[in-house]
Amino acid sequence: MPKFDWIHKVLVLGSGAIKIGEAAEFDYSGSQCLKALHEEGIETVLINPNIATIQTDPRLSGKVYLLPVTPEFVEKVIAKERPDGILLGFGGQTALNCGLELAKTGILDKYNVKVLGTPISAIEDTGDRERFRQSMLEADVPPLESRSATSVEAAMQIAEEIGYPVIIRVAFTLGGKGSGVAYTVDELKETVTKGIAQSRIGQVLIEEYVGHWKEIEYEVMRDYADNCLTICNMENFDPMGIHTGDSIVVAPSQTMTNREYHRIRQVSINAIRHLGIIGECNIQWALNTQSEECRVIEVNSRMSRSSALASKVTGYPLAYIATKLALGYLLPELINKVTEVTTACFEPALDYVTIKIPRWDLQKFVNADRHVGPQMRSVGEVMAIGRCFEEVLQKAVRMLDIGKIGLVCNPEDYEPETEKHIRDELTNPTDEHLFKISKALRMGLSVSEIYRLSGIDPFFLNKIKNILDMEDKLRKLNLADTEAIEIIREAKRIGFSDEQIAVCQCTNEATIRKFRKDNKITPCVKQIDTLAAEYPAKTNYLYMTYGGDEDDITFSSDTNKVIVLGAGVFRIGSSVEFDWCGVNTVWALKKNDIKEAIIINYNPETVSTDYDVSDKLYFEELTTERIMDIYDKEKPLGVITSVGGQIPNNLSIKLTELGANILGTSAENVDLAEDRSKFSALLDKLGISQPPWSKLVTIDDAKRFAQEIGFPVLVRPSYVLSGSAMRVAYNNASLENFLKLAAKVSPDHPVVISKFITGAKEVEVDGVSDGDNVLIGAIMEHVENAGVHSGDATMTIPPQALKPEVQKDIEDCTQRIVKALKIRGPYNIQYLVKDDIVNVIECNLRASRSMPFVSKTRGINLIDQATLAMLGKKITIHLSPMTATSHVGVKVPQFSFMRLSGADPVLGVEMLSTGEVACIGENFSDAFSKAIQAAEVHISPKDGAILISIGGDKENKKRVVPIAKAFQEMNFRIYATANTANVLNDSGVNATVLYKVRDAQVNPNILDYLQEQKIDLVINVPVTNHKEDYSDILTDGYIIRRQAVEFNVPVITNLQLAEALVDVLKKNDSTGQSICSLNEYMDKIPWKQWQ
Amino acid sequence: MSDKNKTAILLLKDGTSFIGKGFGAPNKTSGEIVFSTSMVGYTEALTDASFKGQILTLTYPMIGNYGVPSNELDFGLPRYFESDHIQIQGLVIHELCFEPYHWASTRTLDKWLSDEGIPGIYGIDTRRLTKKLRTNGDMLGMLHFFDENEKPDFETLLEECQNITDPNKTDLVKEVSIKEPCKYNVDGKLTVVLIDCGVKFSIIRSLLKRGINVIRVPYDTSVDDILSYNPDGILVSNGPGDPKKNTKTIEAVRVLAEKLPMMGICLGAQVLALAFGADTYKLKFGHRSQNQPALDLTSNSCYITIQNHSYAINMETLKQTPLEPWYINSNDKTIEGVRHKTKPVYAVQWHPEASPGPHDTEMLFDKFKKTMEAK
Repeated sequence: MPKFDWIHKVLVLGSGAIKIGEAAEFDYSGSQCLKALHEEGIETVLINPNIATIQTDPRLSGKVYLLPVTPEFVEKVIAKERPDGILLGFGGQTALNCGLELAKTGILDKYNVKVLGTPISAIEDTGDRERFRQSMLEADVPPLESRSATSVEAAMQIAEEIGYPVIIRVAFTLGGKGSGVAYTVDELKETVTKGIAQSRIGQVLIEEYVGHWKEIEYEVMRDYADNCLTICNMENFDPMGIHTGDSIVVAPSQTMTNREYHRIRQVSINAIRHLGIIGECNIQWALNTQSEECRVIEVNSRMSRSSALASKVTGYPLAYIATKLALGYLLPELINKVTEVTTACFEPALDYVTIKIPRWDLQKFVNADRHVGPQMRSVGEVMAIGRCFEEVLQKAVRMLDIGKIGLVCNPEDYEPETEKHIRDELTNPTDEHLFKISKALRMGLSVSEIYRLSGIDPFFLNKIKNILDMEDKLRKLNLADTEAIEIIREAKRIGFSDEQIAVCQCTNEATIRKFRKDNKITPCVKQIDTLAAEYPAKTNYLYMTYGGDEDDITFSSDTNKVIVLGAGVFRIGSSVEFDWCGVNTVWALKKNDIKEAIIINYNPETVSTDYDVSDKLYFEELTTERIMDIYDKEKPLGVITSVGGQIPNNLSIKLTELGANILGTSAENVDLAEDRSKFSALLDKLGISQPPWSKLVTIDDAKRFAQEIGFPVLVRPSYVLSGSAMRVAYNNASLENFLKLAAKVSPDHPVVISKFITGAKEVEVDGVSDGDNVLIGAIMEHVENAGVHSGDATMTIPPQALKPEVQKDIEDCTQRIVKALKIRGPYNIQYLVKDDIVNVIECNLRASRSMPFVSKTRGINLIDQATLAMLGKKITIHLSPMTATSHVGVKVPQFSFMRLSGADPVLGVEMLSTGEVACIGENFSDAFSKAIQAAEVHISPKDGAILISIGGDKENKKRVVPIAKAFQEMNFRIYATANTANVLNDSGVNATVLYKVRDAQVNPNILDYLQEQKIDLVINVPVTNHKEDYSDILTDGYIIRRQAVEFNVPVITNLQLAEALVDVLKKNDSTGQSICSLNEYMDKIPWKQWQ
Repeated sequence: MSDKNKTAILLLKDGTSFIGKGFGAPNKTSGEIVFSTSMVGYTEALTDASFKGQILTLTYPMIGNYGVPSNELDFGLPRYFESDHIQIQGLVIHELCFEPYHWASTRTLDKWLSDEGIPGIYGIDTRRLTKKLRTNGDMLGMLHFFDENEKPDFETLLEECQNITDPNKTDLVKEVSIKEPCKYNVDGKLTVVLIDCGVKFSIIRSLLKRGINVIRVPYDTSVDDILSYNPDGILVSNGPGDPKKNTKTIEAVRVLAEKLPMMGICLGAQVLALAFGADTYKLKFGHRSQNQPALDLTSNSCYITIQNHSYAINMETLKQTPLEPWYINSNDKTIEGVRHKTKPVYAVQWHPEASPGPHDTEMLFDKFKKTMEAK
């Protein structure tokens, strides 16, 4: 059966901002989906406000709407575009939930839009726990003992019947948000109360807890003719009980026998057939560790994080094929994209092993709980490919970029810990549990004891033990001994880096590298071909390993090749925007006739690690060792390190020293910009002002300098013991406190103290230079005053409150700095503006986070231009940032505080957002209102209720009066905490007092009001130095903010942002927002540069 | 990792060599080197008699992870294995697991091979070997263990290697078929005579599970002897080697197919084709994996199948027979199943009994049962 002939135009829903539980994997699956649709000549319309994605590019997507993925906005687009069909499976739970809503409210029927692929009924069967359970029973597939509840009482009854412990799961939330295990009635009550509030349908599920069973997943495909197969199975290293997104995952499964593998495969297929999935889905299982008993856990009836991982694990393009199936194709009609001759109706055979390890950033959050459990908290993940478990495990640890050089040989491995603590860590795992296993082994705990405590299969534990044994061997080894060659060879095979071996040998990496090369111990390049070498692969999806002795590919002697270093693991501060930069660099290289554009990256979520983006993909570590291994084999023209964020940027100098040719700005000039002293001298020479600063090596000096320039000061230690790396200190005490408790200050670890200018505007520019010409893409103004990390700031293009002469000044400063640094490539400069004086904060000679925002809003692809410059060519766009477009672009951050139990949502100099969105509008208000909705801030109704609580003294509280008045004028009910209410009432605002959470028995109480959804918005601005004060972590303000987060009530902690919101609410009554595609905006730009 | 293991060499007839470590029993062996891309199921594969005469390479790099289970019986057959002992000549893998873990495991793979006198080699680049076999076709070769101080003498070894007999030229089926008839009675209404050319126990289990009595007879049992059991149907089993060697079986099948419902599996399919006058040929490298797509030409449904065969039925030569193509392989378009145009006689090239591998096509046994019931 070929595709349905009535499909001409298809609407695809994206997943919006990156948040915990929904990350770049949906850019990857959405991009593949769009590619598959275009191949069929189908017109596409994409709704996704995540401007940093690759899919939101009109060159890829047909029409792109940067709008919130909500029924309200999607309906408007449907009314305008009138698509024939809609795809709901490529934008995560956000798209799926939106689609369900559209179907339920009859909007899809109204406009005759057909749901392609998995039908709505099947989506509902998988989303509603009770229906799912019934469906599984009908299909003779064993589910967990469980029932759903919509009240705490019902939940208690069910738990009593099933028996404690039970696990509480929340229906229809992302990544298991709100889930938890309850061992007692009290724990049950707490989790259920929150869960019901968070669930879109007010429902929780109480189920049998299968604690230490194995967790297994299968990715299943099915077509309209009932052909059904499994593409990949995956085994969690961690047992049941830890969310799969937070689990270390191994694929294919390692400890399952043929009977287990195929029995679960078969019941998976039975389940999926019964549900009637069309396309792709993921099914999760619990498998008993003492028998063949198993339980189905859940089915994700859409592309998921796991399916993106499975695509990268196998080379099977799940999203692409799922799209074709949704259009009506059958599996046997489709071709395997890797071999180009065999059918897509097959199950990949792997001749390698892969591991995924999640990356957490919990230490960045004040007060956040670091345990891992049924609720996902990680913000990124890495995948390593190799030929044995030890090898991939050590590779993956390095990929995490958490300062470890492998599983072992890290200085902290030997830090003493009590056995009691270790046992507790094994039983109640945290984000560091992997490293606690090796510590436990080192402390002499047996494999069986660790198994008993952690539930991690002894198979894996023994492999970890192998790594530890090798470390011991390496420490004792004399390189001159005859057996040294074989031991080093074996160490390399099990994933030891040269640096690790050097640590054991008390020598440097170069010595080991030389020893290795002299003895011909080098890695080989292997190809991922989906069929374990049965058929040759046409694609260059590659990895490197010491588990082999032959390269699968030959290397052309043509040096017209360029290596692009990807962004590596995503974490807070580095995300899909850098993948956009990497992929656009590859496209630009191809436009400039580079024969081989080669990517090195290891993030399975991304588009850049899709093997058909580049000519060659090395799914590999971003370490100097591995990059040089590849460099030695490929002998390219050069390496691009400036488009992937911090990880590749930090490698530049070392790679240059090792003889690699880095394309773009010379290392010398990179150093000039990055070395504070040199850069500062340069600014002085250019006569450009900067906040006073100094680098200090003792706490006393730091205090003296702070006194001298006056508090507040920004403190940036080079060595941080715990918590965030940057602080604002408002007085001597907080400065001392921070430097003593959280950092280390010594001649080896200096601290940089600079004047923190309060009440200043922060402004940024992104641009490109070729050494002669300087292109400034845009001047971006932050809405919040300086002090909020630029990644957490709301930004606007063009600036709204910046005088033209100040803008001119910024343009001028930029020109001079860029020319002085002889930049050849991308750059980003950050400025502070106070009293119309422009101060430079910093200059980065690499692509910045805002590159896609600037590029798409201004209709000029900065990466395109940067690539020209890095190839030694001249840039082709010459344009002042002050040349106006008729639209405004606003970028706002997306936070994931709800996922991070305990985390304080107050913004500061450390970045806390997990993602961002940007919308374009006729004016600031239009764009801003769409953008905050896209970032899931629910805009309060006209006659809503607001809670205001401002810290500090009376003067400070007064600053909120105009805002409160504005809300009052819009008929909002105003609630406030006692002192704030006094100030407001004195100023003519009619505010009702709500009592603080700690006075729980006094009514009316904030907690009750939040819980009962009687408050639509919280404005809570803490005293400016709140965050510095460790002793006061549980202030009333924190509790209010945290409770608001838990009950999904928007919290605004910044007055400028509150003002902007007032503005939106005022203007937004009747006119509504403009519904235009990015294509339409770009068409109106006088310069036509987007191609 | 154990250091006690001797250095071992896998030498191919063309002189290509792979140096690794020996495991299992340190016996020299030779045979046809084939590869399987199955990721699980080594206990089942190693005991599959279709591998007789072959040195098996597993492309999945980590083998032995879940150990080897006990000899516990089920229907009087060892539950976890496909025959009474290891059938392969030798095993070639990349990494051997020394510390497996599984509740059902009773010994390591190393110990199992050692107990059964089968040699193995690990620590070689099995992907390089597989690509070699993919390019050159399945090749003859040998596995040799070096003694502690033995100086490798490649020339002598290579000479030895040149003289290896092709196991396909020998009567492999005779070696693996049962010597005397054997009955498995589940008090069913139906009885099948299973012509054992090296049957996998799971085929027997698949019948017993469906309440069908099985009489397992030697591959060369005469038609009269078979009919004397008064069977409701005939199943011709899988087995090793060149199907044309089994002239007696081919003869018997020719007669029996006219009289009784018949199902053929793997070698059984080739035998059936030969019996009706079609031809078979040797594939460059066999189908050995759990992911072979078999497309049903009558419905366009595609099934994922486990296969283990070197020989295939020639599509062209089917034209002159009453058989018609039923399934083809979606990848290389070779014949995967044939059926008689008028009689209840059919055969597939893969293993519907799974074990190892997917259970997608177990319905073929249901179909066989129905056919017999309808008779």
